[in-house]
Amino acid sequence: MLKAESVSFCYDNTPWILEGFDFGVGPGEVVGLPGPSGQGKSTLAKVLAGHLAPQQGAVTCDGRPLPEGVFSPVQLIFQHPELTMNPRWKLRDSVAEGHTPDAAAFKRLNIEPAWLSRYPHELSGGELQRLALARVMSPQTRYLIADEMTAMLDPNTQALVWDAVLHWAKANGVGILAISHDRHLLDRIAHRVDESFAPPGPTPPETTCRAAA
Amino acid sequence: MSTLARTPALAERLGITDGRGRAMWVLGLCLAYFATLLLAAAFMGDAGLSTDFPNKKLAPCFEFPFGTDWLGRDMLVRTVKGLCRSLGIGLLAATVSSVVSAALGTLSATMGKRTDAVVTTLIDLVMATPHLVLLILVSFACGGGATGVIIAVAVSHWTRLARIIRAEILQLKQAEFVMVSRKLGRSPWWIARRHMLPHIAPQFTIGLILLFPHAILHSAGLTFLGFGLSPHNPSIGILLSESMRHISTGYWWLAILPGLSLLVTVKLFDVLGNSLRVITDPKTSQE
Amino acid sequence: MLSVKNLSIEFSRYGSARRRTIIHPVRDLSLDIGDGEIVAVVGSSGSGKSLLAHAVLGLLPGNARTSGEILFKGTPLTSASMAALRGRAIALIPQSVAYLNPLSRVGRQVYRASRLSGKCRATAARSTDRAFARYRLDESVKSLFPFQVSGGMARRVLTATATAGDADLLIADEPTTGLDPVVARQSLSHLRELADLGKAVMLITHDIDAAVTVADRVAVIYAGTTVELTPARNFADGALRHPYSRALWNALPQQGFGFVPGNQPMEDDAVNGCIYLDRCPDRTGECRCAQPLRPVGKGHVRCCHAQG
Repeated sequence: MLKAESVSFCYDNTPWILEGFDFGVGPGEVVGLPGPSGQGKSTLAKVLAGHLAPQQGAVTCDGRPLPEGVFSPVQLIFQHPELTMNPRWKLRDSVAEGHTPDAAAFKRLNIEPAWLSRYPHELSGGELQRLALARVMSPQTRYLIADEMTAMLDPNTQALVWDAVLHWAKANGVGILAISHDRHLLDRIAHRVDESFAPPGPTPPETTCRAAA
Repeated sequence: MSTLARTPALAERLGITDGRGRAMWVLGLCLAYFATLLLAAAFMGDAGLSTDFPNKKLAPCFEFPFGTDWLGRDMLVRTVKGLCRSLGIGLLAATVSSVVSAALGTLSATMGKRTDAVVTTLIDLVMATPHLVLLILVSFACGGGATGVIIAVAVSHWTRLARIIRAEILQLKQAEFVMVSRKLGRSPWWIARRHMLPHIAPQFTIGLILLFPHAILHSAGLTFLGFGLSPHNPSIGILLSESMRHISTGYWWLAILPGLSLLVTVKLFDVLGNSLRVITDPKTSQE
Repeated sequence: MLSVKNLSIEFSRYGSARRRTIIHPVRDLSLDIGDGEIVAVVGSSGSGKSLLAHAVLGLLPGNARTSGEILFKGTPLTSASMAALRGRAIALIPQSVAYLNPLSRVGRQVYRASRLSGKCRATAARSTDRAFARYRLDESVKSLFPFQVSGGMARRVLTATATAGDADLLIADEPTTGLDPVVARQSLSHLRELADLGKAVMLITHDIDAAVTVADRVAVIYAGTTVELTPARNFADGALRHPYSRALWNALPQQGFGFVPGNQPMEDDAVNGCIYLDRCPDRTGECRCAQPLRPVGKGHVRCCHAQG
């Protein structure tokens, strides 16, 4: 179980983005998290993956705090894969930074071996996102947090990527948190949809600017 | 917007049709210029530096392309030797600055908030002092002369580079690929070596090269004002300040030609740094 | 209004050290947009959609070579005329507030966009007010900085910026990415309003669902090539003629969520025959010949099997 218990987080000198937040994903479970942008979903993703340390509360993975300095059992996939690859490295090196996937994993993600000898700027977002996934789809990964993972991709690539990820998660009992504003997508892939960030009832009229608040 | 005319084959073969090819050529030409300068200074000998009254105050001619001064000294030899001396001071200042800025920039970005505050305040302090005043003060405090100039130039030029390094490291620490690398189990040392160093090295080199023109101009400026090198050694600052006495009487070449050489040398360092940036930046190196 | 005919864009790029390769991110792309019409340009990332916008706005980098024709109101665009039309007759609706000057107030920037389109001070101020009124933006919004406006309001400000100058052709680059459905719908309805005023709109998106709801026609781009140009309702009616268009539609989560395996050709691959050959379920021997874009039914298709 990946658990956040009464987690609070804010950046320097800003109001709380998350305040006393509880959240959990079980092994092998796919949880959908919908909601409008700017409400802290991405911050939650980063806190759960250990990229950000919460000021209060704790994140635990299977009962233990997230380990430091080793391959983390909780891995985060971002919306923009091009930012997660060192632009000066060939993709072979970037992928190997995580683990060395076997040919079957590449095949499932439809990754052409030729991509590995290229640089990130030579590939498209859809191609890079699949390489980013191959990098973390290791047996050591217990939970995968997909923050708008396929928001930049066309429907065909999106379906292909989710097919590969769900297949891998099922085979390895990996828990997935899927953050997306696309309800239809979450209905397709998630076992359970968490409404923490979704506005209750019919969507209220558009809120105005932050400055006025 | 019909098909663009194809550029001539020669230009294509030389590779000057795109930004990177051009930058490569410019880089080569700049390096060739500096090599020529150094070789010329080494092979010229000191004959042109001794007084030669029969040939005094000659305008530029075939034998003396830069003319001669009121003691009959060959201005070309003096200019070349002077520029080499300036390059030497620039190199020294750049070396000292690079060490100082790399150390302070890294400290500032990695050792926590308090160190950062101290270092940034120090940088602000040095930057806020008028440059020439600082140079004169340090050079004066160190007893003037060659040592004074070298120390003054060396301790006053590291600030900008230190800032660049600090900002680069801070930005890289937040970069997504570095965050991911950490979660993939890589140690801070590994990340510094494999991710950060290759990013900072080119920035550092370019910053260093762009530091040369400053150092050269400032050493010339200090010498011109009389705080610097002794008048016996040829140096651009001395040449220019001497020529001030003669320029109103029509000996234009004494000021113009050494001055232009200084300008060209300084500008070429600038061009060199910028071409290097075009080549090493992944964004522009493709164009 | 705008007609792009057989546009190809190639770049020379450095592989390792000094070896240069030629890449073709856009090959033989054609489409046209009429007055009062929204044409959606859909395709995967890396299919050359954004390059098309850059080509029309004259913003391609220096090492690009283009062939083919771009006609604006019947006249071919040259790099000089593109620079003259950009921001006046042709305007870009940017993707996010990151495209605005972070240090200048919003009202000021809309006014400036209007001034830059060649209006005098008084007219520019009036059209700024009109743009703010049209998008139901409060007078007080004018004095906000870009970082202070969020979500739907940001979309309206960006649309206001592009429309303050009376452009005839608007290019919206991914106007719905990262927005929640409510705001996305609003942003699209603004495009519809503009088209209903007689303007031509190019809607670049990978969001097929959005494209189909708001656009009149859809251009499906695959590996830099137009594979189908079709009325938008053909998607929902199941009347698509190119197998790739059908695959895109069927892959939507609200449709079948199925997918076709494989990848589009790389930018440096040479393509003879049909560009979709490797992945097409219906391929035959004929597909090895070059495929022209040909009129079929009410649209255009680049597939030898398509029939009216």
